[in-house]
Amino acid sequence: MREFGYQRASDVAGAVALLGADPDTRFLGGGTNLVDLMKTGVERPARLVDIRELPLGEIESTADGGLRIGATVTNGDLAAHPEVRRRYPALAQAVLAGASGQLRNMATVGGNLLQRTRCGYFTDVTKPCNKRLPGSGCPAVTGDHHNHAILGASENCVAVHPSDMAVALTAFDAVVHYETADGPGESPLGEFYLPVGDTPHRETALPPGALITGVTLPPAPVAAHSRYRKVRERASYAFAIGSVAAALDVRDGVVHDVRLALGAVASRPWRAGAAERVLAGAPATTDSWTAAADAELAAARPLPHNGYKVTLMRNLMVAELTRLAEEAAR
Amino acid sequence: MTTVATGTAAPTSAVGTAHTRVEGRDKVTGAARYAGEIPFENLAHGWLALSTVARGRIRALETDTVLGMPGVLAVLDHRNAPRVTTDYTGLLGTPPDPTCAVFQHDRVPHLGWPVALVVAETSEQAREAAEALVVHYDQEPHDVGFKGDHPDAYPLDSHGPAVTGKGDLDAELAASAHVVDREFTTPEEHHSMMEPHAATARWEDGRLEVIDSNQGATWVVGELANLFSLDPASVRVRSEHVGGGFGSKGVRAHQVAAVMAATTLQRPVRVVLTRRQMFSLAGYRSPTTQRVRLGADADGRLRALEHRSLSMTSTVHEFIESSAGVARVMYDADAHHTANRVVRLDVPTPTWMRAPGEAPGSFALEAALDELAEECGIDPVELRLRNEPAKGPVSGLPFAGRNLPACLREGARRFGWADRDPRPGVRRDGRWLLGTGMAAASFGAGAAPSTATATAHPDGTFTVRIAAADIGTGARTALTLVAADALGVRPERVQVRIGDSDFGPAMIAGGSMGTRSWSWAITAAAGELRERLALGSDIPPEGITVRSDTTAAIGALAPAERHSYGAQFAEVAVDVTTGEVRVRRMLGIFAAGRIVNPLTARGQFLGGMIWGISMALHEEAVRDRATGGHVGADLAGYHVATHADVPHIEADWIDDTDPGDPVGIKGIGEIGIVGAAAAVANAVWHATGVRHRDLPIRPDRVLAASQDATSSGGAADA
Amino acid sequence: MSALATRKKLLMALSTSSVITLKINGEKHTLPVDHRTTLLDALRERLDLTGTKKGCDQGQCGACTVLLDGRRGVACLQLAVAAEGREITTVEGLADGERLHPVQQAFLDLDGFQCGYCTPGQICSAIGAIEEHAAGWPSAVTDDVRPEAGPPPLSADEIRERMSGNLCRCGAYNSIVQAVARAAGAASGTDPVPGASVHGVTDSKETVA
Repeated sequence: MREFGYQRASDVAGAVALLGADPDTRFLGGGTNLVDLMKTGVERPARLVDIRELPLGEIESTADGGLRIGATVTNGDLAAHPEVRRRYPALAQAVLAGASGQLRNMATVGGNLLQRTRCGYFTDVTKPCNKRLPGSGCPAVTGDHHNHAILGASENCVAVHPSDMAVALTAFDAVVHYETADGPGESPLGEFYLPVGDTPHRETALPPGALITGVTLPPAPVAAHSRYRKVRERASYAFAIGSVAAALDVRDGVVHDVRLALGAVASRPWRAGAAERVLAGAPATTDSWTAAADAELAAARPLPHNGYKVTLMRNLMVAELTRLAEEAAR
Repeated sequence: MTTVATGTAAPTSAVGTAHTRVEGRDKVTGAARYAGEIPFENLAHGWLALSTVARGRIRALETDTVLGMPGVLAVLDHRNAPRVTTDYTGLLGTPPDPTCAVFQHDRVPHLGWPVALVVAETSEQAREAAEALVVHYDQEPHDVGFKGDHPDAYPLDSHGPAVTGKGDLDAELAASAHVVDREFTTPEEHHSMMEPHAATARWEDGRLEVIDSNQGATWVVGELANLFSLDPASVRVRSEHVGGGFGSKGVRAHQVAAVMAATTLQRPVRVVLTRRQMFSLAGYRSPTTQRVRLGADADGRLRALEHRSLSMTSTVHEFIESSAGVARVMYDADAHHTANRVVRLDVPTPTWMRAPGEAPGSFALEAALDELAEECGIDPVELRLRNEPAKGPVSGLPFAGRNLPACLREGARRFGWADRDPRPGVRRDGRWLLGTGMAAASFGAGAAPSTATATAHPDGTFTVRIAAADIGTGARTALTLVAADALGVRPERVQVRIGDSDFGPAMIAGGSMGTRSWSWAITAAAGELRERLALGSDIPPEGITVRSDTTAAIGALAPAERHSYGAQFAEVAVDVTTGEVRVRRMLGIFAAGRIVNPLTARGQFLGGMIWGISMALHEEAVRDRATGGHVGADLAGYHVATHADVPHIEADWIDDTDPGDPVGIKGIGEIGIVGAAAAVANAVWHATGVRHRDLPIRPDRVLAASQDATSSGGAADA
Repeated sequence: MSALATRKKLLMALSTSSVITLKINGEKHTLPVDHRTTLLDALRERLDLTGTKKGCDQGQCGACTVLLDGRRGVACLQLAVAAEGREITTVEGLADGERLHPVQQAFLDLDGFQCGYCTPGQICSAIGAIEEHAAGWPSAVTDDVRPEAGPPPLSADEIRERMSGNLCRCGAYNSIVQAVARAAGAASGTDPVPGASVHGVTDSKETVA
């Protein structure tokens, strides 16, 4: 790990000013991803600006009935918050499905959104990786990729986004708010993560020097009937090989509202828009769930060793929609 | 120490009653210090720089830049490091693994091999400098592709012969009413003990002292003395507390490098492996491909048994995972053939890992037996009972106590096996398919020569000294109980000191032989001391000390088939729509000699069984063919079982006191994992109707298999 | 902000080391640290508090778990310089003199460890997990996370999930779960885990069938 300077910011404007336009400076939140990446040499900042003490640690109801979640709210506090659990249970479940109790107490909402892929080639600086070292190649395409992307990838990068939280936030149309030297800005989470294309090293729409200040969740009655389901290679403390955030509102046997997002299938949390379109106004039947899943997965382009994810995601979507419909019927 | 068991224990029966660990309080308060935690004045920190190519030569190291970095004291590499010799035979009867003899030449035998040690004032400085070191290689093409039909495979003797055989296999297979012919694979597995390897070396009054984390101080002293051409008496190795070993903690690159640096700098130097470095420097269990052919009469009696195994080793040292050896103990057949072969690849040298040979071998053999039971329509427990051999199937030697049938019957009774419906794929609990499976197990029981001293003090207390290692087995506590009984006093009056090579030669903590070997030596010393004290002489201030050496006694043991046995039972739940497999309950019944401390022994058995769950479902190191190194070489990439993966498990034992041992001990460290993975895999078949012959049984494999089963409309193979 | 504090901040930005004061187990320690130094290394290599263990140094094993402002966290991913101002509790700070913390006592009595290297982390994690549960926090295995559902009983499965951030390679999981259940029961003044959820948390030798 390279030597670095360290500063603590006490207010948002000060934090943004401290970062300046220095590409070698990073904001430090909980550190659960950044410090690890510094140890492995993937990140080598010259300076850290510690933002943990910024006044961004609150979860508040918004005037329109949504929630505003501060960027430095820890994952632990987010999942424990009564309003999150009541109004967006899938978000609480998603956060609880991630990492461990210890890491959730340290990790922040802002940092979670910006966490980097856990692809084994990305995290090993002795190996090529287009995301880490543009132009060096993607060995995962022909190497180990059994937990890599089936949707939205390119030959330049097949890594998946590791966040569980972001999958649920994506399903609920969350908006990312940030502050720059030129003033505040925002980005819908659905547009926050950039397509892979030829630039896998460019991951988000966050302007250079911007500080994420929080996330807002618009009001969504359907979200009260939501679930997050995660499948992984052991029962806990592992990244997903596939996950689903689903919300369903059925009225008179017909889908009134539905939200679906998928995790561990793409470089970003994957909003299952095609599936949602199939379900809009459709009868709440297994045939509908299957048709919706198939519609979404029609775009899947699995690699030689991750084709199982197509089956997995299809089964997960059908299972979660089935369960939500059963719960609604009770 | 407190006695946990209720009831009154007579002073002479400490062995057999539950005692909490002697060092337990130190371990729960953080007071117990492990190898990397002993403070030294003027300590310098060494950090290994590892090769980034799998094969080739070091052309140049840009050490000048690194030497100018803050705090850097020295860079050792093949051009300036002290010379070592590898021309000797070590304690375990083998030459040293040349991958431990670092910095002697410019050749790179595998990716992740140490090319330099950077020593600095602080660990942060050493790390950054080691990672900044630029090394130029002349890279050569490498081969890390382990596969069953590798053309360069050859048979290799180990503790037993590579190949054994009797009878006409083809003829017996042809005459069999039922035949099973299957191939099984197990992946590369890593010990992954929680404490990384750590060593601090220093020269003190003309002696080399190494504070180390190892499984045998005598072993490490011998290797270091040989490597550095030192008188063994001038080397001292201490390892008070060891954070797990499982076969991996012998002599490795970090101790050798630490000694080199301490010698060069003439100050204490500590070298600790990072978790990532452990994946290339700490040894591992080789992957295996195994073929098992079984032929049986209509009533299930084996006519033919063939077990062939292939494993891999490095290009510079021979180590073989003798997976085919398990059949030589477990089952007889008219034609009985076993073969262990190995192939040399550009990989690190594998090593012993908990139940070497037996762990992967029992998976293949016991899973094949389960398939044979299905073929024959015979209950799997009954099939094993019908094939109990009267004598060693290969050796022809008598069994010195073979209580496998008792384990099988007791296990079946307690697990509720009699009510089992043998049909696969017919039990459901919500989204989960349920199934049960079982397997039988054995692991060799042995003892090796050791020395111990027992000292009587004037105040009525005793000190026992032996170069034993407690790597979490509870050995320190067990030996205290053994010594107390041998001395005829309560355990509170006995202090057992271990982990110091100055206590004299002793067996390592390995091969399930540690506690038995050490107890033998302690019993001998204590017995003689007791006789001396019975003469009634006064005890001088320095005490009366008696030394024992069990070399002659152990050499006089009559040859026999000596083993521990076990029966493993598991119930699993499988969601074939997601591929998730969960073990719901597990029971192991063991015949493993006299149990010295039931509290810690249960932990040993349970720990082994949990290793079996982990082996069956999670563990797999992925090697990248392009680079020759691992992908995901850390504890997020290499999955071991977590709390959530482990249900309530029970382990228990039947009376099995070994008459050939002074305390009746056999050994319990390894038997718990043997057969455990097979029991889980057999249960997965019972749940789903699909055989999984490749470990681990990952979700993607379960998903793929269930798809195949659906498309073919019936049972399938994965 | 005082002039002194401002000046200190400026120096920290330029410098790669700082003099910091850490509050550990109620005691203040002032020491210079390289900014790269993690709290884990500061404890182990600078302050001779070696009870906190380094298992992976990457947040992947839990051996370095400590309590930060009363909540469990991993010391390996916590920079020491960023821990200034926080209340840090390590395994050395749990016992009350000779009297062990109930979680420590339960681990000792029930043999909730083997090699002991993951043990300080398991114990600190258990203390954190018991408090999180007492505060009504759900877990990934909680069937209904809505606050109306009330806090889940601390069943064996709940303990397992909440403790899964602490790997134990020796496989002492069964007795650790028992120890946590016992300590949690003692803390809440109830039986070690209510009867309904006690299944799977027993040291009896009864059949598991």
